[in-house]
Amino acid sequence: MRIKVFVTPRRGILDPQGRAVETALANLGFSGVSDVHVGRYIVLTLDAPSKAAAEETVRKMCEQLFANPTIEDYRFEVEPG
Amino acid sequence: MKWAVVRFPGSLDDNDALYALHNVLGQDASLLWHKNESLGDVECIVLPGGFSYGDYLRCGAIARFSPIMKSIAKFAADGGLVLGICNGFQILCEAHLLPGALTRNQSLSFVCETVTVRVENCHTPFTRLMQHGDLLRLPIKHGEGCYIAPEQELRQMEEHGQVLLRYVDSDGRQSERGNPNGSMRSIAGIANERFNVFGLMPHPEHAVEVMLGGDDGLKILRSIAASAAG
Repeated sequence: MRIKVFVTPRRGILDPQGRAVETALANLGFSGVSDVHVGRYIVLTLDAPSKAAAEETVRKMCEQLFANPTIEDYRFEVEPG
Repeated sequence: MKWAVVRFPGSLDDNDALYALHNVLGQDASLLWHKNESLGDVECIVLPGGFSYGDYLRCGAIARFSPIMKSIAKFAADGGLVLGICNGFQILCEAHLLPGALTRNQSLSFVCETVTVRVENCHTPFTRLMQHGDLLRLPIKHGEGCYIAPEQELRQMEEHGQVLLRYVDSDGRQSERGNPNGSMRSIAGIANERFNVFGLMPHPEHAVEVMLGGDDGLKILRSIAASAAG
């Protein structure tokens, strides 16, 4: 199964990268932009007997390695095949 | 006192730590490769600065799974002294041996300068030879030193006296100007609840000789050595 993991700074946590990108977009003339956050995107292939089993495994991966729960949130997508 | 400095792939300051402990302070200090699982009979473990595993994913996130870290967690749980400097501090946070996390400097720039830090609690094995309010001049060099923790946790840490060092300006005042990386509450170094694990972003091991810019780092290293003796 193909797994996509998205890790973003936790809401309310200072995100200087997001703020810098937001400023850059404003400087480029893009209007109406707010709430910009810069995160991490991880893709991997996982052998698992079922979608539920894959989700369970990926959740553990996220909690143990991909995200630091003190400062980051995560979500993921599991695509069969 | 018997010390071990852990070398991870990407450690940079392991030799400087060894030099400070062995050559300058005459301590019994040796290097330990991160794949070692046995710590031997050491009394203090030092996790040095550097870029373990290239800082991939997050600083310290991969080093925390090195084989030696399980032994270090047990050593700390048994009351052994652990000192994490810069990348070592980041590893200790990732390993949950210290609360909070270290993130990109607020300026997004790498900082390399000598800063002033104030001693906030002198009743610990790491600060016992100093007085509350003492000012130390120590070098920093990092891109991810902005200390962050949930507000409630910060309050608890302050109440317990776990904030050992705070960035201040040259007059000893906590201020935005004196905070080089945007750390919450200007935190430069913290201890765990039991006060046997200490992490800090400044480098005491780089400040051990007046000829090279100052020796305030010795106050921290000597405090630890005195803790073993006492």
